Amino acid sequence: MQQDTTAVERVFREEYGRLIAALVRRFGDIDIAEEAAGEALVIALEKWPVEGTPANPGGWLTVTAGNRAIDRIRREKLRDTKHEAAHMIYDDTPHEPTGVIEDDRLRLLFTCCHPALAPEARVALTLRLLGGLTVPEIAQAFLVQEATMGQRITRAKKKIAAANVPYRVPEPADLPERLGGVLTVLFLVFNEGYLATGDAEPIRAELTGEAIRLARILHTLLPDEPEATGLLALMVLTEARRRSRLAGGQLVTLDEQDRGGWDRALIAEGHDLVRECLAINRPGRYQILAAINAVHTSAPTAADTDWSQVVALYDQLTRLDPSPIVALNRAVAIAELDGPDVALALVDRLPLEGYHAWHVTRADLYRRLGRSADARAEYDAAIAATQNVAERAYLTRKRNELV
Amino acid sequence: MGTAPFVVLMNGGRRTARTEEMKMTQYLMAVHGPAEPGEFGSYGSREEMEESFAETGAFNDRLKADGYWLFAGGLKEVSTATVVDGQGETPVVTDGPYLETKEALGGFWVIDVPDLDVALKLAAEASKACRGKVEVRPFDGLA
Repeated sequence: MQQDTTAVERVFREEYGRLIAALVRRFGDIDIAEEAAGEALVIALEKWPVEGTPANPGGWLTVTAGNRAIDRIRREKLRDTKHEAAHMIYDDTPHEPTGVIEDDRLRLLFTCCHPALAPEARVALTLRLLGGLTVPEIAQAFLVQEATMGQRITRAKKKIAAANVPYRVPEPADLPERLGGVLTVLFLVFNEGYLATGDAEPIRAELTGEAIRLARILHTLLPDEPEATGLLALMVLTEARRRSRLAGGQLVTLDEQDRGGWDRALIAEGHDLVRECLAINRPGRYQILAAINAVHTSAPTAADTDWSQVVALYDQLTRLDPSPIVALNRAVAIAELDGPDVALALVDRLPLEGYHAWHVTRADLYRRLGRSADARAEYDAAIAATQNVAERAYLTRKRNELV
Repeated sequence: MGTAPFVVLMNGGRRTARTEEMKMTQYLMAVHGPAEPGEFGSYGSREEMEESFAETGAFNDRLKADGYWLFAGGLKEVSTATVVDGQGETPVVTDGPYLETKEALGGFWVIDVPDLDVALKLAAEASKACRGKVEVRPFDGLA
């Protein structure tokens, strides 16, 4: 019976985003949608283990939750007028022609990532409403108190309702900018999973997995937006290396990873996605980052890496985003191509004091130049600047290996 | 597990939310400026002030033409304000604004639009025209 319950919950989680999105469109209210979805889960947990899982569980959940919501609206007369309620009950709103393809989940994603909401609320709402993560799970993922996360989400939902944040995919003219906001949220979720900032789990697979799932949905719904494709490619190519990235509780850097442990299927998918988005010929940040990852994952060994391609891609990225962080990553590639002394001169100029990757890079370059004392100081600064346990373990080992 | 196919991918059908068609939302667009304005109000020069007035006038005309206009106005400087407290037996009248701040409400629009996206677009235009930041806040109903 326990297994049956788990199976129901898994289906529910998988269907959650679609279910909530359909209910929000129909009832125009996130709270009603969430409550009805919760009631449908209770009914499913009673019925499915006895009667068997329906052929179309998603459809079953949508119908059941819709009925619960209508019951509730009727019972409590939540809506202003009977007239309005009647409209919602017999919702046969005609389709309006438009150039933008959409899906209920896509609308909900744009609502959750609306620029009028606080950035941390966007991430939380997206995970809650589209990912189906519970408030305690989200609070744990971002290392905040459950009550704090609950308030953050409640406040955002209240603003959506009170300020009438639309439930809609933006007009084509506004799409590139608004899509950028959505991609940022998904990338934040992914990064938090990939290099967790906290001192607990070094990699949070549930967050990387959720970010990839949402990015896949976005790519399916907006196949002609190359940055959406690029972000998915970037995530997939990064995820492909996840298993090799930790060994004995330590972070393993790209050059030391066991490439045999990489997920070949994900790499093949990622390479296809990179080709697909680059063919559209509207380059962007995520596409270039994905292409850099494609170069790395094409090399059978670290020594086979085509660094000139990597540098050329970073040059292209610098034109789009002349930030010191991009310059730092470019310098890492330059070190391979032109030597650590050339790279160090570039790195020293960057105003990134206190940023852990800057100290890590300097430490590595000093080490390669045989300047052990300088390297040691930089490893210490890097260790002080990161909370991630696996990265700290790796940096401590590197520092202790200095001669 | 079998799931519904992405039928929506075909033809790009767009369903407008029922609430969008039925409900308009009223927003306050408030402009805050220095509490103690200079010779040309919150503007640096007479030219700038006149340009801003002309652009704001044109923006107001567009609001009216688009059917979004409910009400708008500029306020006299904060020093002209009087606070009245009528909660006691006899009203207490005090000179000056309720809150002593460096910045104060200088003017506002009340608009009637379909949703926050429309309000934010209009606020961007309003901000450009009046040379100030605009705070957008929904009304909890209008009397």
